[in-house]
Amino acid sequence: MADKEAILAGLAEIVNEETGLETEEVQLEKSFTDDLDIDSISMMTIVVNAEEKFDVKIPDEEVKNLKTVNDAVEFIAAAQA
Amino acid sequence: MNRTAVITGLGATTPIGGDVPTLWRNALAGTPGARPLEQDWVAEYELPVTFAAQLSSPVADSLTKVEMKRMDPTTQYGVVAAREAWADAGLTGEGTVDPDRFAVAFGTGIGGVWTLLDGWDTLRNKGPRRVLPMTVPMLMPNGPAAAISLDLGARAGARTPVSACASGTEAMDLALQLIRSGQADVVVCGGTEAAIHPLPIAAFAAMQALSRRNDEPERASRPYDSDRDGFVLGEGAGALVIESEEHARARGARVYAELAGSGVTSDSYHITAPEAEGLGAARALRAALESAGASPEDVSHVNAHATSTPVGDRPEYLAMKSVFAGHLDSVPVSATKSQTGHLLGASGAIESVLSVLAVYHGQAPVTINLENQDPEIPMDVVTGTPRQLPEGQRVAVNNSFGFGGHNAVSVFRSV
Repeated sequence: MADKEAILAGLAEIVNEETGLETEEVQLEKSFTDDLDIDSISMMTIVVNAEEKFDVKIPDEEVKNLKTVNDAVEFIAAAQA
Repeated sequence: MNRTAVITGLGATTPIGGDVPTLWRNALAGTPGARPLEQDWVAEYELPVTFAAQLSSPVADSLTKVEMKRMDPTTQYGVVAAREAWADAGLTGEGTVDPDRFAVAFGTGIGGVWTLLDGWDTLRNKGPRRVLPMTVPMLMPNGPAAAISLDLGARAGARTPVSACASGTEAMDLALQLIRSGQADVVVCGGTEAAIHPLPIAAFAAMQALSRRNDEPERASRPYDSDRDGFVLGEGAGALVIESEEHARARGARVYAELAGSGVTSDSYHITAPEAEGLGAARALRAALESAGASPEDVSHVNAHATSTPVGDRPEYLAMKSVFAGHLDSVPVSATKSQTGHLLGASGAIESVLSVLAVYHGQAPVTINLENQDPEIPMDVVTGTPRQLPEGQRVAVNNSFGFGGHNAVSVFRSV
């Protein structure tokens, strides 16, 4: 189980791999769509990679609720607990 | 409207050069592109053919990590070639082309075969959740045309002629139609292929189409030679910027040649074998010359399809003989697949680039590995050193034929 800081760092790496965005740009308050310009296909790739990296399940119907980076970090942390 | 189409930009990534200057230098020198395959899967699947003509320069050098990940190799190669052609045409500046008057015509023979089969492996080994969400846009055959239209800003249509090994030359035909009819002022056209994968190798080998000269890959592609035993699978892409003459002159562009004419026919004979007398090919050649307003006697050079298969090379000769008659003796013919291998849907585009450079520089590239010319194919084949083409107006013909009985011929004229 990783703490939230480690989850953020891991998520930032996944986003960087998929989109080329610098990891420092992936901050908690950022919106995936509005701030980071991540489209739905990239978002699904990020979700699947996060499932593998953090050993959690993120159901498809949950993905639309993950609006900000913080939403994703909180979901992953709760799923791991 | 029947406007003149000219060629103002060239791009390529091939087994004998990662850009056009290197391709041209090597094509004049005579450079075998085939090498042994070093991938583990060659031994793992006990492939009967253990060599191919792979790219001489990795495209990773000119694409970002994210571009590499989101594009099938078919699209990667096409985008690299198209960007080179675009820059070569001097069109990289803002506002040089009206996007609504700019189209793409980019063919492929097979499409994203690596993505399709990697995705199948992922599904079987890891389940549907791990199948990449980008799988469909990466495997679709229109992927390269679409990616190029996105990359360069083309909004007058992004089309994908698919006719096996004639695809690249059918893209030239489409580009010519778009310019002549006034539907576009600028077209980026060409072809791309990335099929050096164990399945296509096994499949082409199963139909006895590939050379098995495993101990001498560099001597395997030998069009017109009595000992030819099949083609050598190649990969890469070629791209050309075609413009209306008016558009090119208005911006003071360098013009390599005129895309003077084009002809496309179908054999309606056999799904893979060419019609033995070359009748369909001859009809395409006649149609292309008519479209160019040229007579057979005007032709000063042919870049032949000539794949090095026992059954394919002779019908093409018979087609040329029937059209050129006695003039064929005065036409230097180059079979550049002897160097590049057979790039399937990209071959017509690469050979268009070589044909354009031949009329522009007045030199025909060489055919390698021709040691004992098939007595049934008595032609003037350029071997050894490049052939100087006559001064004055030069006309080159590029032939491409594909499984399915597709015949496509382009005609290029010096300006």
